[in-house]
Amino acid sequence: MVAFAWAVQKFVFRHLVGQEPIILFMATIGLAYFLEGMGDLMWGSDIKTLKVGLPQGGSRWIEDMTSGLGGDDFYGFFIDKLDMVATVVAAILVMSLIAFAQYSKQGRAMRAVADDHQAALSVGISLNFIWVLVWSLAGLVALVAGVMWGAKSGVQFSLSLIALKALPVLMLGGFTSIPGAIVGGLIIGVGEKLFEYTIGGMIGGATENWFAYVLALIFLVFRPQGLFGEKIIERV
Amino acid sequence: MFYREAGDFKTSYEADSQTFPIKFDRYRFWAMIAVAYLVIPFIINDYWANAILVPFLIYAIAAIGLNILTGYCGQVSLGTGGFMAVGAYAMYKLMTAFPDVSVVIHVILAGGITAVVGAAFGLPSLRIKGFYLAVATLAAQFFLVWLFNKVAWFYNYSASGQINAPERFVGGVAVIGPNTDAWAKYMICLVFVTVCAIIARNLTRGTMGRKWMAIRDMDIAAEIIGVNPLQAKLSAFAVSSFFIGISGALFFSVYLGAVEVGEAFGIQKSFLVLFMVIIGGLGSIFGSFAGAGFLVLLPVALKVIGVDLLGWPTDIVAHLQLVIIGALIMFFLIKEPHGLAQFWRIAKEKLRLWPFPY
Repeated sequence: MVAFAWAVQKFVFRHLVGQEPIILFMATIGLAYFLEGMGDLMWGSDIKTLKVGLPQGGSRWIEDMTSGLGGDDFYGFFIDKLDMVATVVAAILVMSLIAFAQYSKQGRAMRAVADDHQAALSVGISLNFIWVLVWSLAGLVALVAGVMWGAKSGVQFSLSLIALKALPVLMLGGFTSIPGAIVGGLIIGVGEKLFEYTIGGMIGGATENWFAYVLALIFLVFRPQGLFGEKIIERV
Repeated sequence: MFYREAGDFKTSYEADSQTFPIKFDRYRFWAMIAVAYLVIPFIINDYWANAILVPFLIYAIAAIGLNILTGYCGQVSLGTGGFMAVGAYAMYKLMTAFPDVSVVIHVILAGGITAVVGAAFGLPSLRIKGFYLAVATLAAQFFLVWLFNKVAWFYNYSASGQINAPERFVGGVAVIGPNTDAWAKYMICLVFVTVCAIIARNLTRGTMGRKWMAIRDMDIAAEIIGVNPLQAKLSAFAVSSFFIGISGALFFSVYLGAVEVGEAFGIQKSFLVLFMVIIGGLGSIFGSFAGAGFLVLLPVALKVIGVDLLGWPTDIVAHLQLVIIGALIMFFLIKEPHGLAQFWRIAKEKLRLWPFPY
């Protein structure tokens, strides 16, 4: 992962320092195409199952424990073991990321780079190092997410478009805020299921495809910086 | 003589505002138009029309549309596929509702309807910018595709959920439908491309285009010097969507004939047109053509080389295509953010001074 991060940084993003964010975004889409094609070339495009020893199936224990809570026709909560593992892993990951970004020296340098490339350079932060670090970190987090997702629903390369949904989550929560990403994820995740359940049936169903984006759109109109983002100040 | 003008010899405003200031360019442009109109229709066959020329012309319109929005006005949009779908479905509803009206009028009306939809989705651009706006336009993309999939009124309650273009004639010649000749398809697309390109060129060098460019370069500064951002941004969205709607209408009716919205106008289409604009050159009408031609030709060329000449299996070539497109996108963004059009411009600068560069 680190070697790959280094390669991405070395061959692509070092040349794009100081460009507008949208150019970087397009470059990452190009990168996604590239990797998808490479992956298909190397491993074929059929769906694979991923077994990494994570527990599978429903948890009998919780089902048994909770079945006593309701009446006779209540059989308890059915919770997938994998989902529980995913929750714990996500919680640990988020906590360590927050700690890293807020308290470590590298984390602070990272946030400085996010604010302003040039200013960060001029106070002696090595942009190259930070970018390799950031790509490694992002790759690591994505790796965990990919393993979780792959264990749940099989590995294939069309996964890449699912990741697009992370963008409205990020916007809703606001950039530069890790708690924002969590709250945004909860709002969108819970919101789209509730919306599909309550209103979706009336208007044709399958609203999950666009709900996240439309919600983010409406939300951004009223609060362009997102829930927890820093206020955007513009100067001429 | 091959190339001329190595200084400023203009004596009138007309000469100054010419699209092709060099005489050689002007002649070449007219020669190209003449070949396109007078030679190609007589030698075209089905394979060339369906595999290369018709998609090229249609994508060129879409790329011009997106280039106006992204290249000239600086508003990144990932909703192109959705807006093309609006054009296609508007075309379908108009064609089935008013079968006696000429399809040319239908195409233009479909463009108009898309312009209204596009302006509506452009409203948030007044509050949100850049990267945020790109994600917001994804909302348009996914919402519109979903809408056309779920609301049966749009596809006239057909059982398959597809829309099929009925046969239509212009001046007694079939242009839409299964019995259309290759040259008729080609000609109707060519006429629309020519008109769209002329309109786009003249809009972008006039007052409106200058306002767009001011907004692109820095919207707060533009507002201070008296550009109305509401008007400029919404007009960019409307004009851009108008072109994209026309291309969507032609894509559905002339090129494909039958369309299933998720497949034909999905998010991949938005990315494809965006790549055309980037590879061709942001903020250049010529670049739109270059990018569209490049990305239409690339898969065909790869297929011819890989499958027919080298005998590789089809799926490997298809995957290789993704790799090459991805690599090219990154290459262009790094080496030449202004795309193929910039290469062309540099070549022309060199040619002007040739053979005495100093």
